[in-house]
Amino acid sequence: MALLTAMTPVAQRVGASRIVTGGRIPHPASDPTRPPDAERAFRRNLLRVALRALQTPVTEPTVFAVNA
Amino acid sequence: MRVAHYLNQFFGGLGGEDAADTPIEARHGFIGPGIGLQQALGARGEVVLTIVGGDTYVAEHEADAALAIADCLREAQVDVLVAGPAFNAGRYGLACALACLTAQRELALPSVTAMHPDNPAVEAHKRGLYVLPTAATAADMRRALAALAEFAVKLASSSSIGRAEVEGYLPRGFRRNEHVDRTAAERLIDMLHAKLAGQPYASEIPNQAFESVPPAPPLADARQSLLALVSEAGVVPRGNPDRIRFTAATNWASYGLDVVQPGSVEVVHGGYDASFANEDPNRVLPIDALRDLVATGEIGSLLDRYYVTVGNGTPVETCAAFGAAIAAELKQAGVGGVVLPST
Repeated sequence: MALLTAMTPVAQRVGASRIVTGGRIPHPASDPTRPPDAERAFRRNLLRVALRALQTPVTEPTVFAVNA
Repeated sequence: MRVAHYLNQFFGGLGGEDAADTPIEARHGFIGPGIGLQQALGARGEVVLTIVGGDTYVAEHEADAALAIADCLREAQVDVLVAGPAFNAGRYGLACALACLTAQRELALPSVTAMHPDNPAVEAHKRGLYVLPTAATAADMRRALAALAEFAVKLASSSSIGRAEVEGYLPRGFRRNEHVDRTAAERLIDMLHAKLAGQPYASEIPNQAFESVPPAPPLADARQSLLALVSEAGVVPRGNPDRIRFTAATNWASYGLDVVQPGSVEVVHGGYDASFANEDPNRVLPIDALRDLVATGEIGSLLDRYYVTVGNGTPVETCAAFGAAIAAELKQAGVGGVVLPST
């Protein structure tokens, strides 16, 4: 399970194993400051990070960050 | 002080599992552990009534059992009810809880029970009861009876019962204001000094501990996997057909991905600014982007349903139960990995 969230300290504290950041609280999967096509591309890239997280072995809460 | 004592079929001397169907019976005086209870009470009270109930009978006939217990207590005119100790016996613990709650509700009779903190009755009923902690087995009987006797005396004398840590019962989850002489700032600095000096200190508010869940092994290959979307963002079909609450959700639901279009869904989660999601639900449920990745072959396939609840103010235990139920369905469907956007 890959958790997409902006609240990484909370996610780490409760013990979520694979944490993906890049969005913000009201839009954890996206960046609406971008124009629509770029926003959709951002969503794809964020999900690619989520796929990488799902395929990475972890032993403790691990944050995978999306680079803008 | 006249004391009533509730026991199950085993401690009441009726037998083991073979006698677990015994309905409620009343006996004058004390039996079994009641002997120890009377000894601990000494001259301060008399165990005048023992109520014995089969654990299975009580579990399967709660209403009838409660009526019978109330009748026995009413007739005997007692000042306090002591139930158990039940140690780690689940049905017995629940029966003790039922007896105490019945006494309180029907007769305004003070009551106390005792059991191991892990007994399921504690989690279910601790708010309504005084539960004294015990060890897991009856090896702790003597000490537990003594503690019950002391507490019963306190209850019957109607001196007010103080905080859980002071009086020795399991914390019930209530918060009461108290006046203390030193300000919070002073108490906090003392705690900080102690902490920095490596000395013991006691937090006034216990830090919530979270169950440690071992990470799942990694997905072998996303390109071959079936993935699913699970969400706590409360995006549901317009009209909220399953009535998911905007806070402290009591249920979850599953809907087809095709339901999710701007205008045909609404956000029922009361804890985040829903304007972004209302404009484009893909911002919290990235269905379009997931489908793009399926089209490029980066994901094998996407489950045609998504799962949703509202995470706003929903207790951890509730969410854990939801998660387990959803995971069971996902496993059934052959899902290998989950993307969970969280607001």
